[in-house]
Amino acid sequence: MKWVMMILAGLFLGLFLGFPLALIVTEAVAKGWHIYAQAILHPDTQHAIGLTLKVALIAVGCNTVFGIAAAWLLTHTSLRGKSIWMTIIDLPFSISPVVAGLMLVLVFGRKGWIGPWLLAHDMPIIFTAWGIGLATCFVTLPFVARELIPLMQTQGTQEEEAATLLGASGWQVFVRITLPKIKWGVLYGVLLAAGRAVGEFGAVSVVSGHIVGKTNTVSLHIERLYNEYQFQAAFAVSTLLVAIGVLSLLVHPLVASPHRTRSKGNTP
Amino acid sequence: MIKRLFFGSPRFVLPGRGLALGITMTYVSLMIMIPVLALLVKASQLNGARAITLILDPQVQSALWVSLSTSAMAAFVNGVFGTIVAWVHVRYPHPGKPIINALIDLPFAIPTAVTGITLTHLLSDHGWVGRVLTPLGWQINYTWIGIVVALVFVGLPFVIRSVEPVLADIDTDIEEAAATLGASSRHITWRILIPTIFPAILSGVTVAFARGLGEYGSVVFISGNLPYKTEILPYLIVSKLEQFDYEGATVLAILTLALSFVALVLANGLQGWYRRRMGGT
Repeated sequence: MKWVMMILAGLFLGLFLGFPLALIVTEAVAKGWHIYAQAILHPDTQHAIGLTLKVALIAVGCNTVFGIAAAWLLTHTSLRGKSIWMTIIDLPFSISPVVAGLMLVLVFGRKGWIGPWLLAHDMPIIFTAWGIGLATCFVTLPFVARELIPLMQTQGTQEEEAATLLGASGWQVFVRITLPKIKWGVLYGVLLAAGRAVGEFGAVSVVSGHIVGKTNTVSLHIERLYNEYQFQAAFAVSTLLVAIGVLSLLVHPLVASPHRTRSKGNTP
Repeated sequence: MIKRLFFGSPRFVLPGRGLALGITMTYVSLMIMIPVLALLVKASQLNGARAITLILDPQVQSALWVSLSTSAMAAFVNGVFGTIVAWVHVRYPHPGKPIINALIDLPFAIPTAVTGITLTHLLSDHGWVGRVLTPLGWQINYTWIGIVVALVFVGLPFVIRSVEPVLADIDTDIEEAAATLGASSRHITWRILIPTIFPAILSGVTVAFARGLGEYGSVVFISGNLPYKTEILPYLIVSKLEQFDYEGATVLAILTLALSFVALVLANGLQGWYRRRMGGT
């Protein structure tokens, strides 16, 4: 029985995880390293990387500030309706990325709520980098908050309270006490958000307009390369995104896992 | 009570409430509430008759069926194999544990577009797996099986991560007691283990199902988007948007959201019913 289970689990994981991962790496260098380098140094790829990095930096930056504020609010202050807040913060995870894109079009698009006003003032959002930024912000919104809320919940507020009673200012408490306690959690949340931000496809695809050299992000560029049968180039560019994802997986064990403590704490 | 008298409510001591509330409230309203509201307002302005005609359109009906059946099938596969993987991972010590642990989250870490092209390539006539299957007459790309494969990959971590902590928390004393009292291992599995982890399996399966319904990037490459055959609902939303048919896109978006919502509510109800039944015996 034990061996049957182990073989089944191994086969399943090998087929569905090992094979794809190995394929990405081998296809990326299938015809040699110079083609790999060529694909990555191509001007269109370089532009896509630049745009994606810019968008990801802004989106992850905003969501990190928000995530820390939301976690402080939900764990370190008195607040009613915490579960409602959690549900709202989690919404972007339960909404299909394509639907998220549609929502942005309905607000900022040509026929949307403020789209006509924006167009009249020459500030289009949909089909520009701004739209991509908004879509990325939306889909990566929960990551940092979700990582920090359970972590700060289990850490408690005693040290912060002691510091406050001894006369530390709010900022001192945050920088000297809270931040050092949660830094690994922040890092992991940021990495998860960054991985998703650089790789988002559905939502970005809806609002970008796919203009090469202008609103083409890395994942949209991969789609274009693949559809043009430039398979090796597509996989070469993919390795950049996969590397960020794998990095976040490697950092995870460094973070004191809040999930495990939480699940134990909640067991009745 | 005494603690409260002497120390006050501890939550009021810490500063920064105003700032944190301000940032959180502003950001959540701008980024989440306004877009969600825009969709709901758009939906409320829809012409009901037109919306129903659109939903009953054969192409939409076919996409609806494809989305529902492939998501359900992928969720089922993940339910079975996810439980097995979680079981092996928790119960059997093996040297590769940290690696497997990191690998399980891989589908969360790989962008959906990369997943899409990788699986398509893997299963194409020249791919490692396709090369073996094609001569046998098993075409997977551009069929509904391809969609299931993509959705199994995308939903893989959900069941494992939901079952794992529950399995780890089960006291082996209970199983040992049952074994000492003469229960067979099959009996222990079906009367003790499965009932304990079933709610966790169910919630993992539901999340995987809901995720599958909305999945776009990983599916569109492998499915080929053949009308009446392998078109999924999210693909139809995108194609409506590309034709600037915002009403149509909104109808389908609401349909997708409603289906995931119903799935989650059903699973919650089923879990409640199951717990009551188990509590009764």
